Amino acid sequence: MTLLETIVPVAATGMFSWAWLMIAIPALAAALLLLGGKALDKVGPTLAVGAVWASFAIGLALFVSLLGSPVEARAVSVPLYEWISTGQWTITAGLLVDTLSILFVLLITGVGGLIHVYSLGYMAHDERKRRFFAFLNLFVAAMLVLVLADNYLVLFVGWEGVGLASYLLIGFWQHKPSAAAAAKKAFVMNRVGDLGMTMAVMAMLALFGSSAFTAVNHGIGQADQFWATLIGLLLLLGACGKSAQVPLQAWLLDAMEGPTPVSALIHAATMVTAGVYLVVRSHAIFELSSAASTAVVVVGTVTLLAGAWIGTSKDDIKKVLAGSTMSQIGYMMLAAGIGPAGYAFAIFHLLTHGFFKANMFLGAGSVMHGMEDDVNMRHYGALRKLMPWTFLTFAMGYLAIIGFPLTSGFFSKDHIIEAAFEHSTLVGSLALLGAGITAFYMTRLMLMTFFGEKRWLDGVHPHESPRVMTVPLVILAVLSIVAGAVMNGWIQGWLEPATGAHPHEVSWLPTPIGWATMAVVAAGVLVGWLVFGRKPIPTTAPATVNPLTIAGRNDLFGDAVNNTLVVQPTMMLADGAVGVDQRVIDAGADGLATMFTNLSNRGRRLQSGQVRRYALGLVAGVLLVGVLMILSQLA
Amino acid sequence: MTGADVAFWICGPLMVLGGLGLVLFRKAVYSALSMAFAMLNLAALYLALDAPFLGAVQIIVYTGAIMMLFLFVLMLVGVDTPDSVVETLRGQRVLSVVAAAGMLALIILGIGGSVTAAPVGLQTANSAYGGNVEGLAALIFGRYVFAFELTSALLITAAVGAMVLAHHRRVHRKLGQAELADARMKAYAETGAHPGSLPNSGVLARHNSIATPALLPDGTIAPESISPTLAGRGADVDAPALSDVTARTFRAVERVVEEEEQ
Amino acid sequence: MTTENLLILAAVIFTIGAVGVMLRRNALVAFMSVELMLNAANLAMVAFALARGGLDGQVASFFVMVVAAAEVVVGLSIIMTIFRTRRSTSVDAASLLKL
Repeated sequence: MTLLETIVPVAATGMFSWAWLMIAIPALAAALLLLGGKALDKVGPTLAVGAVWASFAIGLALFVSLLGSPVEARAVSVPLYEWISTGQWTITAGLLVDTLSILFVLLITGVGGLIHVYSLGYMAHDERKRRFFAFLNLFVAAMLVLVLADNYLVLFVGWEGVGLASYLLIGFWQHKPSAAAAAKKAFVMNRVGDLGMTMAVMAMLALFGSSAFTAVNHGIGQADQFWATLIGLLLLLGACGKSAQVPLQAWLLDAMEGPTPVSALIHAATMVTAGVYLVVRSHAIFELSSAASTAVVVVGTVTLLAGAWIGTSKDDIKKVLAGSTMSQIGYMMLAAGIGPAGYAFAIFHLLTHGFFKANMFLGAGSVMHGMEDDVNMRHYGALRKLMPWTFLTFAMGYLAIIGFPLTSGFFSKDHIIEAAFEHSTLVGSLALLGAGITAFYMTRLMLMTFFGEKRWLDGVHPHESPRVMTVPLVILAVLSIVAGAVMNGWIQGWLEPATGAHPHEVSWLPTPIGWATMAVVAAGVLVGWLVFGRKPIPTTAPATVNPLTIAGRNDLFGDAVNNTLVVQPTMMLADGAVGVDQRVIDAGADGLATMFTNLSNRGRRLQSGQVRRYALGLVAGVLLVGVLMILSQLA
Repeated sequence: MTGADVAFWICGPLMVLGGLGLVLFRKAVYSALSMAFAMLNLAALYLALDAPFLGAVQIIVYTGAIMMLFLFVLMLVGVDTPDSVVETLRGQRVLSVVAAAGMLALIILGIGGSVTAAPVGLQTANSAYGGNVEGLAALIFGRYVFAFELTSALLITAAVGAMVLAHHRRVHRKLGQAELADARMKAYAETGAHPGSLPNSGVLARHNSIATPALLPDGTIAPESISPTLAGRGADVDAPALSDVTARTFRAVERVVEEEEQ
Repeated sequence: MTTENLLILAAVIFTIGAVGVMLRRNALVAFMSVELMLNAANLAMVAFALARGGLDGQVASFFVMVVAAAEVVVGLSIIMTIFRTRRSTSVDAASLLKL
């Protein structure tokens, strides 16, 4: 067994020993904003934005420094302090700055910073703006802990931290019952995944005595195949929860109740991709277990199609994008499950997706901003003239996601589809089909939102968003277009120290499969135009008997499945436990209590309040004492 | 058989009778009188037992003062409600008698036989200071003077306590004449109750007690003229019957006068 | 007449008093029964004085009488107070202090 990592981390020197500042600054800002009170209402948001950009600056400096380092020095370990020290285990909290994590740092702080700026405009009129920015900073700090951790336990801290931030931000408009319920749902469903995570970490600690990546990667090679499969599946469970993959997908669509910047940052660009990061980071485990990696492929493929399916039938613009996010993360999972050939492509697609999906979510937010927070696309139409910047930037994202030639999605998605075909024709075909569906539903979204007749509700006056919102859109749009081309030839080599050598050839010119993909995408766009572009869109969703549409509108019955398979059995179990508790345990306790109550009630009759009874008691007492004295004398 | 023996065999059973009367009479006054009877017998017994001072005190303090106080209170709270024969506490009677019998047996068994020697007698003790009263005085103002002073404090405290308990504060302000008149007129307006004073009891030739109702001009009685308490008890005098007698007498007198005129 | 006879008489009187306390509902009668019990005790003490040839028993009886006088004054005041508020001298009626 040879490790995929080609290098071992070197000790941090110079600038790298300050890497913890990237986490500390937003964490401190969050604390300051939360504790600072009303005094910080004015400067708070600016402070938060500054904190994220400061982290970005540090990350960029580290990135440049890594670029300039020789390959064998492109992984730096930054031990911070001894966290847990018990008889058996010593766990050191430390950071690992390597080629993989630094890309995430740049994505999180870069896209996060843009979204912070955008939020300045989007949340300008919200009374609890300070708190919103505090939560956003908290999220950034937690996400950085997640990606910079050098062991699974610290990663888990970040994992829970982003879960908390996600919960707080989904439920940010807590006055809406639907938002509160969505936050709760996300939290509970994430707990299921976190359980897998916890058990995986415990298994690692039990088996290897450490949760550090290096120790686990070394140890798993010597361990039994069974353990590799088990840990792999448990990690996959955690990844499914965090990344909204089937079967734990149901929370993501509801999570759109949160403010749109939150959807863009957490539920599109960064947090939901943490599952992909986890799988790629744990590649040593999945390499050893074909069962586990196959499970990853299956989950990825199923989610890819399920998300796309949902995306085709929703009228809520954010839910279409949420379905699309699920689908795109499915692509990443698929790539990550394929093995060494796919790791780099998974990360590649993750980065480009982070750009174009954040772009489109923010674009959707901009549209909503102009449409009085209406999310129903059937009330849109013909917005391209009124919102030129939003339209143009959204169009860039659209081209990127459907994989229009030379846009970023074109490169990253094609590679995944090609790798999938190499892995298995079936999986490849399904991935290809997914690309077609993606083109179809994104075309539908574009046509319903920006083209056609206007179907606005009364009193709605669409307008372009302020500069503070459009500038981040423009930057993200540019990244959506060019990021793929920039990274295409570079990323595999860059990630090699972290994810292993790549056996996959990338070229600028489309391969036969690439041509096929383009054809499928073109077909998807064409079908989309034929269905939605030629005739007016009804303002209410038409009744349909098409089972595909019905299933899609109901999130593929994800809630119903959860309800039947999990909630109802759990409720029955709980009812049974309650029954046992009430009829057996409580009955016993109550019986005992009743016995004493009855005894006491009997005893209470002695205290009748009747003086004559007391006198009788007195005389009887005298009699008793006298008899006892005589008896004792006799004895 | 000495005089003391005779006194014991007479007064002892009478005392027991008095005690039983106290417990068994349903009317509290009879009980009190039985009690007094028992105490008088006890006083006589004291005299026979070489305790003339105690005998006198028993009569003066117990029979004279305490029992009178009891009777006084009895009169205050009402003497005419005999105790019900029905026992309200379940089993109280049987249990009480059993417990009391047990206690009696216990006392007799434990103490009754403790002194078997013949009584020493008090001749020596009484003659030390020239008599029973002098002997007691020597003890009370000698060895027991402190206890005696304490009893005076006790009596003072009891007197003060009785005053405190007997004193009672008005719960409502006392109504003035104007207010009483207003209330009467209001009652008249609301219920038609007569606002004036009630009619006097009847003053007839042979009766003028408050139990005699007044007669109205048509010869019927005025119901308001006697206390409802008396009427309820049936203690009122049958006034029309009385007036019948008078009327008969008058008629007889008139007839005699007419006869004489003729 | 022996001391034993006197003591038995005292015991009988005492028991009658106790029965009276236990059976009579009229507070005044019950109170008189208590007095009867006190008298029985006095009789026993006088009997003991005679038996032992000392006057201390008689002095004790005297003190008991004084205490009984004080007790009667206060006890009757209490009965009067209860009667004033409850219009009853039944000891059964004064059972409101129970639960």
